[in-house]
Amino acid sequence: MKLLNQSLKYLSVSILLILGLWAVVFYFNMLREIKESVDEGLENYKRQIIRNAAEDSSLLAKRDFDEGLFTISEMSKREALEAKDSYLDTLLYMQDRDDEVPELEPVRMLVTAFELDGRYYELKMINPMVEEDDLVKELFLEAIWLYLILLIAIVFVNNLVLQRLWRPFYDFLEQLKNYRIGKSKVQPKAETQIKEFKDLQTAVKTLLQHAIESYEQQNQFIGNASHELQTPLAIATNKLELLIENGTLESGQAESVAEVLNIIGRMVRLNKSLLLLSKIENRQFLDNQTVSLNEIARQAAGDMEEIADFKGVQIVLESQDDILVDMDPSLAITVISNLLRNAVFHNIEGGLVKIELRESRIKISNTGQVESLDGQHIFDRFYKSDSSQAGTGLGLAIVKAICILYGFEISYRMEGGLHCFEIDFRKS
Amino acid sequence: MKVLIVEDEIELQKTLADSLRREHFVIETAGDFESASEKLALYDYDCVLLDIMLPGGSGLRLLDELKETGKSGNLIIISAKDSLDDKLKGLELGADDYLTKPFHIAELNARVKAVLRRKTLNGRNAIEFSNILLDLGERQFLVDGKDVALNRKEFDVLNYFLLNKNRLVTKNALAEHVWGDHIDQADNFDFIYYQIKNLRKKLQSAGAGIEIEAIYGIGYKLVEK
Repeated sequence: MKLLNQSLKYLSVSILLILGLWAVVFYFNMLREIKESVDEGLENYKRQIIRNAAEDSSLLAKRDFDEGLFTISEMSKREALEAKDSYLDTLLYMQDRDDEVPELEPVRMLVTAFELDGRYYELKMINPMVEEDDLVKELFLEAIWLYLILLIAIVFVNNLVLQRLWRPFYDFLEQLKNYRIGKSKVQPKAETQIKEFKDLQTAVKTLLQHAIESYEQQNQFIGNASHELQTPLAIATNKLELLIENGTLESGQAESVAEVLNIIGRMVRLNKSLLLLSKIENRQFLDNQTVSLNEIARQAAGDMEEIADFKGVQIVLESQDDILVDMDPSLAITVISNLLRNAVFHNIEGGLVKIELRESRIKISNTGQVESLDGQHIFDRFYKSDSSQAGTGLGLAIVKAICILYGFEISYRMEGGLHCFEIDFRKS
Repeated sequence: MKVLIVEDEIELQKTLADSLRREHFVIETAGDFESASEKLALYDYDCVLLDIMLPGGSGLRLLDELKETGKSGNLIIISAKDSLDDKLKGLELGADDYLTKPFHIAELNARVKAVLRRKTLNGRNAIEFSNILLDLGERQFLVDGKDVALNRKEFDVLNYFLLNKNRLVTKNALAEHVWGDHIDQADNFDFIYYQIKNLRKKLQSAGAGIEIEAIYGIGYKLVEK
């Protein structure tokens, strides 16, 4: 849920509660005020009627509310002395302007007593009241309107605030989403004066710094370790080669030394591959120039020709379109020759390797084992589909690393019984 | 032929010297920047093997000094650093070749010989041995003056053997030299065996005075019959 919607949810619920409570309190206060003001009016009216009755005795014979808003009836002295002014809410049949027939209307009534010329009278006065259900209805509608207006205002203000206040945050978030360790050159940064955002940036920066450091250390470690191994490996190889050359060994011993040499040879290749991989990942290849992949594919196919012949594998090169790419030539050669070499070596007697260059893509497909390879892991370091293979398990990892370096897309799939590796050299 | 080996790793220095002595070169060694600089200033060498990372200073600085005194020819850089930058800088400063550690003895031999041959080149870039002649310019192989057809790889293999005559050439070294650095498939060796077999047949039927011996299943040696 977006921050905007979330805050809107909380605000709308709490405003609804506050507004509801306010409406109830407001209603009762209003009613009280109205009654107080009506009562005051009745009090004044009372004095006026008593004064008028003293001058015009006909008023004293008014027995019902038909023509006026008061009635007067005589009462005993005892009753009159006991009587106090009392205000009541009651209902009377009345005909309003908008009513066709009289109906029950709420009225405020003042019952009081007065004395005139030694006689006692009871005076009842009424004043029509607002109808309560009308008042409630009115108030309810007003409250709903107020609520809606408030909501709209909140949505509007919220949007504005989110856009203004939170802009640095969203900026920062967007940059962070696109940030890749080892790839992005600039660290995420957004201009802001807000303390929380500044703190967030500082925290993220520290975290990133740490991650970058470990990433670089890891890369450097592989590079350095491989470097440091070069000289000892050189000494071991050369000493053993000289030892065999001396010819003083018995043939059994010489064969053991030869086996050791082969194993060292494997270590050397492994080491070189790791070094190459770490160099690619550390972006130490910067000799970018325009490279013709058609030319490189042709050369690679030529280089593999004899081995392919020997293994009874046919290499077919179909250059439909010219592909020119801006990259390091030695890496271009590595990509194509690694794929081609895999295609030739993991093949079958009488098999086929097809290299197709079309639009911006190179597709290398080959016959081989019937089952598809594990497309998920095939580009992983040290992944071998068959543990008996003598390869380093880094060939495809190197190809993948180069593709990542330049933003090329590489994919593997089975197509018509052929293992297909395809690279799209459009930079993504 | 006088060769100077500038290498701080004593064991490697000894091994290289050992191997090159078998080619009947006169070998001198230097283990750090100072002694190398001194020797290079005092004497002339037919070939110098130079490690770039030296105690006391960079080998590239030595190369700089050599270039100033006009003695920069015939130098092969040997480095654990397979860095394009260093390579370009080294070659720019006049080094003839750049060899990355670890390397096979046969490879070093071939590079040293190639450098020396360029120095003593008298018009024709060719190797003569016994009754055969390998013309590198024309890419021709002659036995008793008669042309013998070799395919591209066979020619390269024979060239490599001739640069290492009477020396052990391991299958690993051969594979790397002829089929490139990145080969990491073991069944290459069957292919090498097959190539050598073909080459032997051609040498024999052409009546060449050389033959390729197998050494303990690890490699081969080219010898005069």
